[in-house]
Amino acid sequence: MANMAFRGTPKQERELRRFIRKHKEQPGALMPVLQEAQGIYGYLPKEVQQIIADEMGIPLSQVFGVATFYSQFTLTPKGEHTISVCLGTACYVKGADKILAAIEDRLGIKAGECTPDGLFSIDSCRCLGACGLAPVMTVDGEVYGKCTPESAVKIVESYYEEV
Amino acid sequence: MKKMINLKINNIPVTVPEGTTVLQAAKHANIEIPSLCYLKDVNCIGACRVCVVEIKGRRGLTAACTYPVEEGLEVLTNTAMVRKSRKTTLELILSTHHKKCLSCVRGNHCELQKLAYDYGINEDHFKDDEPQYEIDDSTPYVVRDNNKCIQCLRCVSTCNNVQQIGAIGQIRRGFDVRVGSPFDKGLDTTSCVGCGQCIVSCPVGALYEKSNIDDVWDAIADPNKHVVFFTAPSIAATLGECFDMPPGTHVEDKMVQAIRMLGDVKVFNMNVTADLTIVEEANELINRITSNKLDKPPLPMFTSCCPGWIKFMEHNYHDLLPNLSTCKSPQGMFGALLKTYYCQKNHIDPKDLFVVSVIPCTAKKFEVERPELTMKGLPDVDVALTTRELGRMIMGAGISFKDLAGEEFDNPFAIASGAGKIFGATGGVMEAALRTAANILDGTNEKVDFMDVRGTTGIKEATYRIAGKEVDVCVASGLGNARKVVEMIKSGEKNYLFVEIMACPGGCINGGGQPIQRDYVRNWVDLKSLRSAVLYDSDKENEMRRSHESPVVQMLYDEFLEKPGKGKAHAFLHTHYTPRD
Amino acid sequence: MTMTIDRLTEIKKKNEELVMVRRLVASKAEEMAKHTAYRKQILVCGGTGCTSSGSHKVVDALENEIKEKGLKDVLIVKTGCFGLCALGPVVIVYPEGCFYSQTTPEGAKRIINEHIINGMICKDLLYPETVHADGEILPLSKTNFYAKQMRIALKNCGVIDPENIEEYIALDGYKALHKVLTEMTQDQVIDVMLASGLRGRGGAGFPTGRKWAFCKSSKGDIKYVCCNADEGDPGAFMDRSILEGDPHAVIEAMAIAGYTIGASQGYVYVRAEYPIAVERLKIAIGQAREYGLLGKDIFGTGFNFDIEIRLGAGAFVCGEETALMTSIEGKRGEPRPRPPFPAVKGLFGKPTVLNNVETYANVAQIILKGADWYSSIGTETSKGTKVFALGGKITNVGLVEVPMGTTLREIIEEIGGGIPNGKKFKAAQTGGPSGGCIPSVHIDTPIDYESLAQIGSMMGSGGLIIMDEDTCMVDIAKFYLEFTCEESCGKCSPCRIGTKRLLHLLDDITKGHSTMEDLDKIDELAAHMKVSCLCALGQTASNPVVSTLKYFREEYVDHIKNKRCAAKKCKDLLHYVIDPDKCKGCTLCSRNCPVGAISGKVKEPHYIDKSVCIKCGLCKQNCKFEAVYLD
Repeated sequence: MANMAFRGTPKQERELRRFIRKHKEQPGALMPVLQEAQGIYGYLPKEVQQIIADEMGIPLSQVFGVATFYSQFTLTPKGEHTISVCLGTACYVKGADKILAAIEDRLGIKAGECTPDGLFSIDSCRCLGACGLAPVMTVDGEVYGKCTPESAVKIVESYYEEV
Repeated sequence: MKKMINLKINNIPVTVPEGTTVLQAAKHANIEIPSLCYLKDVNCIGACRVCVVEIKGRRGLTAACTYPVEEGLEVLTNTAMVRKSRKTTLELILSTHHKKCLSCVRGNHCELQKLAYDYGINEDHFKDDEPQYEIDDSTPYVVRDNNKCIQCLRCVSTCNNVQQIGAIGQIRRGFDVRVGSPFDKGLDTTSCVGCGQCIVSCPVGALYEKSNIDDVWDAIADPNKHVVFFTAPSIAATLGECFDMPPGTHVEDKMVQAIRMLGDVKVFNMNVTADLTIVEEANELINRITSNKLDKPPLPMFTSCCPGWIKFMEHNYHDLLPNLSTCKSPQGMFGALLKTYYCQKNHIDPKDLFVVSVIPCTAKKFEVERPELTMKGLPDVDVALTTRELGRMIMGAGISFKDLAGEEFDNPFAIASGAGKIFGATGGVMEAALRTAANILDGTNEKVDFMDVRGTTGIKEATYRIAGKEVDVCVASGLGNARKVVEMIKSGEKNYLFVEIMACPGGCINGGGQPIQRDYVRNWVDLKSLRSAVLYDSDKENEMRRSHESPVVQMLYDEFLEKPGKGKAHAFLHTHYTPRD
Repeated sequence: MTMTIDRLTEIKKKNEELVMVRRLVASKAEEMAKHTAYRKQILVCGGTGCTSSGSHKVVDALENEIKEKGLKDVLIVKTGCFGLCALGPVVIVYPEGCFYSQTTPEGAKRIINEHIINGMICKDLLYPETVHADGEILPLSKTNFYAKQMRIALKNCGVIDPENIEEYIALDGYKALHKVLTEMTQDQVIDVMLASGLRGRGGAGFPTGRKWAFCKSSKGDIKYVCCNADEGDPGAFMDRSILEGDPHAVIEAMAIAGYTIGASQGYVYVRAEYPIAVERLKIAIGQAREYGLLGKDIFGTGFNFDIEIRLGAGAFVCGEETALMTSIEGKRGEPRPRPPFPAVKGLFGKPTVLNNVETYANVAQIILKGADWYSSIGTETSKGTKVFALGGKITNVGLVEVPMGTTLREIIEEIGGGIPNGKKFKAAQTGGPSGGCIPSVHIDTPIDYESLAQIGSMMGSGGLIIMDEDTCMVDIAKFYLEFTCEESCGKCSPCRIGTKRLLHLLDDITKGHSTMEDLDKIDELAAHMKVSCLCALGQTASNPVVSTLKYFREEYVDHIKNKRCAAKKCKDLLHYVIDPDKCKGCTLCSRNCPVGAISGKVKEPHYIDKSVCIKCGLCKQNCKFEAVYLD
């Protein structure tokens, strides 16, 4: 997946360049710019980082260094459905690791990866703040609380049906 | 006058100016606080934690390199807690370090190895997982081995803050953090100019030049090859350091003899083509100033001796490439002369001539591979060796360098002016050009010492009255300074006629191919001044101070080149530049 | 438009009664409601916890039903967190103060039809504890969960509509800012903050007044006020709840801090994982600007102040103050050595004050009610209250605010409702990855900065995770180390490499690969990191290990010497065993075993070969007689 060809559109590029030009003079603009870029493209491929470096007049190594420092920036595309399992303490104490393992097992990929058909990607995340519902997972932002390994797999499978 | 601060280090009273760090202040008490990430003028981030000390009233340990002195401060640099901490930190670092010390290019000059010895390290104290990074040898000049990297970031800071190139940076975070180029691609995909300043700032063997030593030994061993060496002006000022001689020792005679002892080789003086460069460049400058042509090349004119600077311009300022002098570098000129004039004169087939330049520079390794510097597929210079590589060859040949009586360069490229010699220091090319230009244009002008352009300051400006005109010139060394100067010119803030740029701070005497001095020396000894003093002293002793007065230069024009900037001189001594991404 | 005190008072008066209905006892509230346009007010929690359990669907259902039934005198208010997150979605109906828990859209319909329209409270939908045996309905404040709490920082959370600045103003909002700007000098504000004894709620507990005083005395034309809302401790959500429930409290306090130190620009650095908090904060900043409470010439005093939001991008280390500032500067969020301290050289190299969300949430009330009031709450060294995010193996998971000095036992047993499923309390973890595990012997420790530090933990930002007997303490230590190891920025060697080595050592213990000497090595590394690391992340990274090793050493020894994990958590030390008494010899397990580790004849007890077993657990899943167990 990492080598998937870049499919950015001219419209996306215009949008990004406009955002950068509007914000590049404000101090510390690189983070908001990267966040915006990821919002536009869904991830931060080389081509996008190069646009940012050129437009902001900073070395690509600096853009890349920041992009790889923060875990929310992703250099690889995400699946059509993104599954996120909370591994915060409250969830962990209630067995979140088993839920993650069950989903990884079901989809045959590890956290941080995307299925070969591009349908699902799994991430683990830190505390979503829904500790009252621990253990928690989200699919495309939809929160599922009080999961068990079995129910988690069923939830994932329900998205297959949708497809 | 700065306020003076009184403090105690290991109970020794010390008085230092405000703003001094504890690490610097300790030197006044004759205490060397060890460090790995601190390097004067380059990096001061408090990251390696080797320089930790105890400060009375402060919890835990404190990095001495970043802590500014305070009145009444009490510092302890050698307590049990400090020693234990340093030892454990070093053991942790070693647990991620590729400990192939016997085959490491840094040998026993490694700063980490010295500290490991000083602190009685058990290198296996912590179980390691041997790093498995791919070695980046994608460029012809530098190799990066992340398996040896200790994350001191001296190279990153050099590249980003001093040189302002940003070819390398930190990638990822935590235990996975590493130094590298964007997207983990090779350095050849970046705008790296090959200055090699990262190499000389590295405390370990994670960065080194791509070695051509074996190529040279092979050529020497080949009976069909005529091997000729030529050495750049600054080599004579630094080679001694490879043999533990103090910085600032002039070893030109020993160097020539030592090279000759490597085998059946000729040893030439590159100062000759430095002189030639001045004649060509002064001629070009005068033409640019006096030309009435509509399409005349623009001013200011930039020097073109430094290959790091050239590549910098090719990457960053495409619109200013016409401002670069079209003169090849002295190395380029020498190669071209050897493969033409010298071969013709000595009836050697250029294929059989093996040209070795000894240069203080890694970027020159890139330069010799430029297609512009080849003739009929043959490179003008076959191999560019750094000062360090030459030192290793001499050592490998078992030559007692320090004991050599010394010999002179081979003819016909032996004699050069003092102006050629000072090429190795920032301001040297400018001064040499001014000497020639002033003399040619003013006829009677006897001025030879242009003091304003001397010294190791990053940016120097001066105005001289030459041929009745005020001439504004600028000299910069270090690419961060170069960028500043170029931007000032672009914005119209400055209006120079002639600008000399050297990519390495201080010029070639501090080049990326020069002997690596450990942090302690770099922090406390003004290497740039000591080394350049050798060149200026030698210039002063030379009876001939101006390039165009050199009999060798005159002979070259008479016998071969004809006229500056014309005919063969134009064909063989000038070049062109290529815009790069 | 410039805000004046008259306008502020006018807005307060206009909204006061409406909001007070939610704060009074039922009888008085009913009286008060008559003065408002609404007969009933339905408050629905719109915090992250309740939203996750579907409170937006409940709101939709309520709104639909109200529209359908043409009710004009019923107001729906989406509030911030009420605290009882495990019982979400939470709905409260005023003026009665009926507390409906775990409300469904169907339940919402019933609430409208039965309760709102017919006045018949749906008792079966109420939080059981609020229904007295004799059928009387108790106000929320009388439940165990709330009775022991004291709400200062959370005062408005769950009471006001955080997206309506006028409701904030109704409860004296922005009055403190006016007072500061018109009646107090900068030094007087500092004196009040000092006298109040307020200390930083982000974890380290540095006195807020002193921080402000340092920054005020720093020279510089440009200064900054920052708010740390990068709440990264796993299991902590105090700051998020405040931003979601009462964002103006933070904005007002930042403006007060701005006036005090001489800054006109503020930054809130907030986790991107908190979309609701970010949204509410954006709305609040927009409203504050609109009302002239941010921007130029606030209250006509010539004081300018504005706030910008910066989002984090998933780096725990950015909760460290210098790293946070580096991150706002658009760089890799690595900490810087101190000195220079942020008060002298902080954000963009300018003097900067940085406080945590909860700290700010106390400021306006201290200004209004006085330092004496505030310092009368709490213990000798720790004044005021502390908000905790109570989680883990505890009945009432949620957000609690208690006076400093409350004991762990009170929080766990009374407020938290004890450990579920009849399990035994084993330890409480405070301070997140920087803190430690507190064993039952210390359960009566009054909580304040000093006492927690004394028993090897720390206050931290307020995560309070309860663990029961099923928790393996080695595994928990490993969990935290995994976290810090992953979140270490990698700048300084002791942290970058030390966390990794420490994690290896713990990993070996949980896998049965270690010796007793490894415990010495753990001690050595932990001590080393504590004194040698650059920032607090590294300096405290070993706390979870040190504290568990101190209080639960026997568990470590059990793992090492006996290769046994009593809590049955460390998979590598467990073995699947077939109970011969229960096994019927059905062969289902042996047929399903992917590696053929199970042998046995039909109708005879089977046996698992430990050396072949890969511990996949299929046999246990498949056994119909519960004959397979872990040992």
